[in-house]
Amino acid sequence: MPARAFDAHVRQRQPRVAVIDLEGEINAFAEATLSAAYAEAEQHEPKAILLNFSQVDYINSTGIALIVTLLAKARKAHINLLTCGLSEHYVEIFNITRLADFMSVYPDEATALSAPAAEADA
Amino acid sequence: MAQLLDVIRQRMPRMRAQTAQIDKPTSRRVRPQPTPVDIAPDDPLVAYFLDTPGAVELDRLKLDSPALRELKAAGVAIAVPLVSQGELVGVLNLGPRMSQQDYSSDDRGLLNTLASQAAPAVRVAQLVRQQQIETRERERIEQELRVARLIQQTLLPKELPEMPGWSLAAYYQPARAVGGDFYDFLPFSDGRLGIVIGDVTDKGVPAALVMATTRSILRTAAQEGQAAPGDVLARANDLLFPDIPPRMFVTCLYGILNPHTGALVYANAGHDLPHQRQEGGAVELRATGMPLGLMPGMSYEERETILAPGDSVLFYSDGLVEAHNPAGDMFGFPRLMTLMSDWTDSTPLIERMLNELASFTGAGWEQEDDVTLVALQREKLACAPVTLADDEASEDGWQSLTAFQTPSAPGNEREVIAKLESALAPLNLPHKRVEQLKTAVAEATMNAMEHGSHYEADRPVDILVRANPASVSVRIRDMGGDQEIPEAHTPDIEAKLAELQTPRGWGLFLIKSLVDDMRVTSDGVYHTVELIINREGEHHASQSL
Repeated sequence: MPARAFDAHVRQRQPRVAVIDLEGEINAFAEATLSAAYAEAEQHEPKAILLNFSQVDYINSTGIALIVTLLAKARKAHINLLTCGLSEHYVEIFNITRLADFMSVYPDEATALSAPAAEADA
Repeated sequence: MAQLLDVIRQRMPRMRAQTAQIDKPTSRRVRPQPTPVDIAPDDPLVAYFLDTPGAVELDRLKLDSPALRELKAAGVAIAVPLVSQGELVGVLNLGPRMSQQDYSSDDRGLLNTLASQAAPAVRVAQLVRQQQIETRERERIEQELRVARLIQQTLLPKELPEMPGWSLAAYYQPARAVGGDFYDFLPFSDGRLGIVIGDVTDKGVPAALVMATTRSILRTAAQEGQAAPGDVLARANDLLFPDIPPRMFVTCLYGILNPHTGALVYANAGHDLPHQRQEGGAVELRATGMPLGLMPGMSYEERETILAPGDSVLFYSDGLVEAHNPAGDMFGFPRLMTLMSDWTDSTPLIERMLNELASFTGAGWEQEDDVTLVALQREKLACAPVTLADDEASEDGWQSLTAFQTPSAPGNEREVIAKLESALAPLNLPHKRVEQLKTAVAEATMNAMEHGSHYEADRPVDILVRANPASVSVRIRDMGGDQEIPEAHTPDIEAKLAELQTPRGWGLFLIKSLVDDMRVTSDGVYHTVELIINREGEHHASQSL
């Protein structure tokens, strides 16, 4: 089975919230695209960046490492990194890895954007 | 009566008559000194004796016969052929009568009677003597063959080396006149295996002695696997050349197998080319080089082949390919190639070859030369693919759901978990359990491909999925059995976020967090991780190990 290509698009949803729509598989092949998308989102100096996982069907441990890298960058830049659209299984993975302790996990984009983490400083 | 001189005894290769000096009446009696007279089988005298039975006075005989002249010169006056069953078995030769008178008809009658009685006795004596000589010769040859067999069988390997993931088989059947076939295995301390097969020209003890010498030289030259096959053969050739008897030489193939990678590096000193059975057919393993012992300073081409899982190599001696059937046809290389191409491992390779040889040569075949076969096979899978219906696959109630292999390449874990999901479908496990197992298996497969197989395409990962009423088990096997497996630690996310640690290092932690049991085994070649989840109840993934 060929690896499904990974893609990421940045949207500006609120004045200071950028949404990155992730699509495909988050593994080693996703690194460059994900990193570029994050850099693009960061250009607008957002207070929060929302990672939308609703179109992601696979994250492996290398993908977890990529998200840890983004989270470290965001924390350094005082940007809230938020997530939405994770499947029940990957919510569990975020809990196991304690990523969920450092980035808020929301079921969908609307909930995430209306949450205090996205609005507080927006 | 004239002095009886003697009786010729042997006819072959030339008939020999014995005669003696004749005493003079006045002289002191002297013991007769027989002078042998040879009679060639084609001498006209032989035909004359056979056609004309009875005593012959040689003076009256007019024949252009060298034997006749010789007999006359030796003083033979009368010759009495000894004929038995139409064969001239000897001649009774007599000199002149001591009275100097001619032989009378009574004398000749007496001699003829004597000859008719003596001839069968002489023939019997000849046969007995001939049989004794033949028996002694047979015993000598048998004794020599026993010694040759003893030398060979003493030096052939008593046991086959055991290598996990590989099977090795050998067959050696000496011909009645033992040839100089040999094979040898050299297990090296790093796990590699040296394989030798050879054939000394000539037969019997000389061949066995050269075989023994060659074997020792090769063992020394191999230097615990440090020397490359081509160098080993070159060194063996130079050591053997000064001492090998004239017109003798040794064909020999030497290869070193790395059981971890399946790589077989080999060089060939004029031996029959091994055949490799691989997916899609069979190929000859070619490498050029002169036989050992013919001339010094030779170099030997070195080649490498990879045995993929399921591949086999047959090493053999010319006793197989040069066997003849009753019509005089040779077994031959094309037949061997076809057999190798068509072979399926339902019958062991050597058994298959021997069956074919037996049916080719037919019953009552007298083996012309030693037949030596060495078969090397890389096993397909740790666990053969089986189905739910296959009761033989069950072990303590375990039933195989699927078994397959995946090449070691980044991203291939996705294919593995897709197959896993299909295999688990009939079990109707809770979705969450399936997802947990999928992630754990994906991580274990990635580790196997990366750390066990170094993403080398020829080092695939084997997967076996089994179930019993209580549990589901997935075995992931790679070829990194010689490597240390790191302990699973709970990653320190704070340190990672502070960029004090690498962001990676989640795989093993995730696996252990998502399954109910994880068992790791290693046999020196293979490294197997078995992941087990319980089918009943819910696994609560933990955040600590």
